Amino acid sequence: MPSGLVNQYFRTQNLAHIWCPGCGNGIVTRALVKAIDALGLDKDDVCVVSGIGCSSRAPGYLDFNTLHTTHGRALAFATGVKLANPKLNVIVVTGDGDSSAIGGNHLIHAARRNIDITTIVFNNNTYGMTGGQYSPTTPTGDKGTTAPYGNIDAAFDLCNLAQAAGASYVARGTIYAANQLEKNIIDGIKNKGFSFIEAMTTCPTYYGRKNKKGNAVDMVTYLKEHAINKIAWEKLPEEKKVGKFVIGELYSSTRPEYTEQYDRLIDSFKKGV
Amino acid sequence: MAIKLMQGNEACVAGALKAGMRFYAGYPITPSTEIAEISAEALPKVGGKFIQMEDEIAGMAATLGGSLAGLKSMTATSGPGFSLKQENIGYGIITETPCVIVNVQRSGPSTGLPTSPAQGDILQARWGTHGDHSIIALYPSSVKEIYYTTIRAFNLAEKYRTPVILLLDEIIGHMREKIEIPENDDVEIIDRKVPTCPPEEYKAFKVKEGDIVPEMAGFGTGYRYHVTGLVHDETGFPSGNELVADKLLNRLIDKIENNKDDIVTYDEYMLQDAEYAIISFGAIARSAKAAVDHLREEGIKVGLFRPITIWPSPDKQLLELGKKMKKIYVIEMNAGQYFLEVDRLAGKHTTVEKYGKINGEIITPEDIVSFVKEDQNA
Ligand SMILES: Cc1ncc(C[n+]2csc(CCOP(=O)(O)OP(=O)(O)O)c2C)c(N)n1
Ligand code: SF4
Repeated sequence: MPSGLVNQYFRTQNLAHIWCPGCGNGIVTRALVKAIDALGLDKDDVCVVSGIGCSSRAPGYLDFNTLHTTHGRALAFATGVKLANPKLNVIVVTGDGDSSAIGGNHLIHAARRNIDITTIVFNNNTYGMTGGQYSPTTPTGDKGTTAPYGNIDAAFDLCNLAQAAGASYVARGTIYAANQLEKNIIDGIKNKGFSFIEAMTTCPTYYGRKNKKGNAVDMVTYLKEHAINKIAWEKLPEEKKVGKFVIGELYSSTRPEYTEQYDRLIDSFKKGV
Repeated sequence: MAIKLMQGNEACVAGALKAGMRFYAGYPITPSTEIAEISAEALPKVGGKFIQMEDEIAGMAATLGGSLAGLKSMTATSGPGFSLKQENIGYGIITETPCVIVNVQRSGPSTGLPTSPAQGDILQARWGTHGDHSIIALYPSSVKEIYYTTIRAFNLAEKYRTPVILLLDEIIGHMREKIEIPENDDVEIIDRKVPTCPPEEYKAFKVKEGDIVPEMAGFGTGYRYHVTGLVHDETGFPSGNELVADKLLNRLIDKIENNKDDIVTYDEYMLQDAEYAIISFGAIARSAKAAVDHLREEGIKVGLFRPITIWPSPDKQLLELGKKMKKIYVIEMNAGQYFLEVDRLAGKHTTVEKYGKINGEIITPEDIVSFVKEDQNA
């Protein structure tokens, strides 16, 4: 990252971060910061909220209003912040476990309300912070410390989940295609409503090692080779989609945003309606 | 002077609005639901926000989020909902986020007797969230007192930057009583102290000389800082250093325990010449008061001590009572929770007996009278 951006957006005094060498979290965080920079948002008006996990440590390094909450609850806290002060650009940074296991209920309800929060899920297919247990996005058959014989659960498609629950902007990206990820984050923040961005990232330390996925570079190469852009994906015959996944903007729509609706209610009393 | 017939739960919202509540997040549960319903109706009219969250965990989280964004915030719940809120109450404690949590108690454990009263959350209010901490919990015993105690709960939350628990009894929550609220009620309203220094000098968790707690900036007011449930230093950043942990965790306990003279309130009835004391709170203190009158008529010199601040406990007063009384009777609608606290203190000097009910039935004055008389004749 250009050092200008580091100085401008990171709390450089706290930059001895906790992430392992080769972890993808830094790339997603960088895409977020570049998106905020491209949008020219005032740092005072940005609030980044997270839960608990390796990924959820990102806000601590960022020079915004930052809130590192309890495991799974980032969206519930963020809902309070956004409703109390709708002028804030509220961004939630969360892990796959944080957002879809313990926090799954908050995810679907934030999407249902279409509250203007941009959620970025750092999906590394595992519980990184606690040492590589299987998560709701661990592919069936893959291993985790709590799935020593292979995971028999089915995995969530988080984007489908968010769309079905009512998110008005849904996209998926990878840390390999970081520029496209950044573009999706920009569009997500611009969207007046609930935006959901799944960032496919890597945990070489646990998920990678446990599943013999090679080193950090091998894992990024895997993402490169298995991610297919939306346009190409739509032309692909079904049999060629097996083992691959689609990236890019997957869904967008316009529908009433929660805090605007509430402010309208307040206004109706002011006018004495 | 407006004289109103009000339900306890209604008085709670009226007090909250008077105190400046502008944010409410919660999840409905009997017998606290009216607090949510009345807040939903009232808040948008004064420019405030109400949201029904997907569960109590989220209700607690959003309440804290609203407070961090600068609004005075409240949530209300009962029984199982209070259990669900506990983790995030701890988050509120370590991040020093002011808010009020109303718990209109009901019988438990689990779903228990959902519509029956109980006073079974005395210890959960104190120790419900994990880890060492202190807490403020208040316990009013009439509709009027609910109004003023709710205001006080907000004041203490703002002054000490901490979640404050308001314990209510189902009986009073749902009871209608006449209360007088003066038109120009000049009751004191305390607001959190906000920083005025230049943002670059702001240390979000540093206590200034002469202050009790750090100044609190709302998100979006130009003071960018970090809030975490991890142990953190004065800037708000996580730290694993034992000196930092020692300083923070002890400061959080001390800011409450060292200010008991300000926080602790209680009521005394006929204690002047008493030889025996009844200790009781909330709705049951009303039965106890009637029992005191009755027992006095029979020549038994008994008085009533009614803690309004349940936590931190009025330890000085309880110790004193222990020294003065021949015996103390703790009467509560549980199996003996506050008894443990009274016995710990007053029990050093006198005998402490307990009487309780956990079957959803109210403890009546007659119950108390016969319990005391039987004990005296034993
Ligand atoms: C209530 C609660 N349960 C469990 C934990 C332990 N825990 C911490 S992080 C975590 C999983 C994190 O996984 P994920 O959200 O995928 O994030 P990652 O670390 O992989 O970025 C768990 C189970 C906790 N902190 N709190
Ligand atoms: S454990 Fe995995 S997710 Fe966590 S920092 Fe290390 S590589 Fe990243």
